[in-house]
Amino acid sequence: MVEEFKAAAVEEAQLKPPQGAATPAALRTAPRANTGPLHGLWALTQRDLRKWYGNPIQLFISLIQPVIWLGVFGKALNFGSFIAQSGAPTSVTNSIMIATFGTTSYFSYLACGQLAFVVLFTSAFSGMSVVFDRRFGFMNKALSTPVGRGTIVLGKIFQSVGRSVVQAAMVLVIAVALGMDVGSFSVLGVAEAFGVVFLMATGLSALYVMLALRSSDWQTQMALINLLNLPLLFASNALLPAKLMPTWLQWVVKFNPVSYSTDAIRQLLIGAVGTNALVVDFGVVLGFAALLTVSGIVLSWRLLSK
Amino acid sequence: MMAEPQGRSGDGGDAIVEVDGLSKTFGQLKAVDDVSFEIRRGEVFGFLGPNGAGKSTTINILTTMMRPSSGNATVCGFDVRSHATDVRRNVGVVPQEYTADEDMTGYQNILLCADLYGLPRSDSKPHAEELLKLVELQDAANRKVKTFSGGMRRRLELACGLVNYPKLLFLDEPTLGLDVQTRAAVWKYIRMLKEQFKMTLFLTTHYLEEADSLCDRIAIIDHGRIVKIGSPEQLKATVGGDIIVVGVREAEPDISLDISKLELVKDVKKKGAEYRVKAEMGEEASPQIMDLVRSKGLHVTKISLTKPTLDEAYLELTGRNLREEESNRMAMFSQRITMNRARS
Repeated sequence: MVEEFKAAAVEEAQLKPPQGAATPAALRTAPRANTGPLHGLWALTQRDLRKWYGNPIQLFISLIQPVIWLGVFGKALNFGSFIAQSGAPTSVTNSIMIATFGTTSYFSYLACGQLAFVVLFTSAFSGMSVVFDRRFGFMNKALSTPVGRGTIVLGKIFQSVGRSVVQAAMVLVIAVALGMDVGSFSVLGVAEAFGVVFLMATGLSALYVMLALRSSDWQTQMALINLLNLPLLFASNALLPAKLMPTWLQWVVKFNPVSYSTDAIRQLLIGAVGTNALVVDFGVVLGFAALLTVSGIVLSWRLLSK
Repeated sequence: MMAEPQGRSGDGGDAIVEVDGLSKTFGQLKAVDDVSFEIRRGEVFGFLGPNGAGKSTTINILTTMMRPSSGNATVCGFDVRSHATDVRRNVGVVPQEYTADEDMTGYQNILLCADLYGLPRSDSKPHAEELLKLVELQDAANRKVKTFSGGMRRRLELACGLVNYPKLLFLDEPTLGLDVQTRAAVWKYIRMLKEQFKMTLFLTTHYLEEADSLCDRIAIIDHGRIVKIGSPEQLKATVGGDIIVVGVREAEPDISLDISKLELVKDVKKKGAEYRVKAEMGEEASPQIMDLVRSKGLHVTKISLTKPTLDEAYLELTGRNLREEESNRMAMFSQRITMNRARS
């Protein structure tokens, strides 16, 4: 050890003076810093988004699962033809379908649910990104700067929302290509549907970011994602309508925000008969997003520093 | 938006950091226990102690990453509890671990840090280039950090720590696990920051040589408490003389008392068959000791004479040898992790 230090001292003596020494003014005068409450938000969001769009393979893989759901599950579960098998005339089949699903095409029904599915699974990984930032030290870097603790949380939420919205758009395009009913599409309807996607992604990302604020353990996060995502998906109307479920499960569906976003998206995109009024759906999703985002910011003040 | 500095140690004062009775407890463990010290403007102040002594915890409190359990600390005139954001704005931090984003280039990493400090891009772009030049990374500026060697990463961390034009820079174990060349480079930068940029530096280390060669003042910290603060010379003076270690073949009889009666000898400690003698003018005292041992019919197996070093001072003050502790398994383990990360 001592020899090593002597070597370091000798080494140091031989080093050239650094070239930067010619411009010492560089370290003396600080410019005026903009340190508004949300400064650094774009920088943090962009950093995470860059990891995503800089890696097209990841983007491609993330689209495979919804395509399988749509192409295999959606096409195989052709409820319309199940009913037609019994020899029922088309008008009867259609009225049964509308009474059950609010639309005549189960594939279109499921496609709307898949938008919620994509949002759910993309948002779940927002917490993972917090865990990895802790693991690889970047979180400590960010925490040592004057950037707001809430800004760190918001950055994590927005990068995840950005991914969700783009991936939902891609899933919608794929669904249309596979035969989703576009008869009821309107510019305003699609825009509003993506408003719902945005709010839902915000709320769900905030939830997962919050759960990860203190964690540096990715296994726990994986377990949490599995624990929460499957019930959120199955105990909702994303795949099947609540009225086909037992009463107790219907109650769970009623308290699951995913149901409200899917309900709204179906009304807006395929003109399905909704379970709730559009305003109610919007209100619930907006409230969910606002509540969880605010909680995330408030918790960050406490949980991000030790 | 800048709040006025609190207390008497504003910008005109001599102390840039004032710490008073600071403690931090994690459950039962007192990581930092009633620590008080101050750092003067323009000095290099070092925290020296073994792993787990409370060095990093103290840095984490002073850089507002952790809240103290009790006690007060002001940094650059701001209270670490009530004005945490102002503290962060004014100090630079080079943490122990690597914090750069591996998927980004060196240049992008510095720009990102500048953004987090709210510095305008018009300034941070030329500044980032200057900083990269300062740490001699200009040729690697546009390479992704995942391709950097451990030494390059360490230098990039240093550049990031300087991005907000700090007056005070915290360095947590700046040379842990580095090779000889990089360690030399880091020392050179530290000296340059002090001498050319009149910066105040607070560093932690468990390398005695590093503390001795870089620091103007050192605080020896052990089990969360400061044992002694002073310049390396002052600390060495606490040893109070040269150290002669005499090995005797026969562990018994104990001749400590006889040795201590010699004129130049100030203190004798016996450990097994070894006598640790503190004496003035060791060159003259050692032959006298050898004669004495022989006159008792015993045999000298070895003898060594050391001028007081920080090593001796550390042993004197804490009763333990830092070097021995360096080799304990936990230390090796944590060092290996850092080194692996440095290499991968």
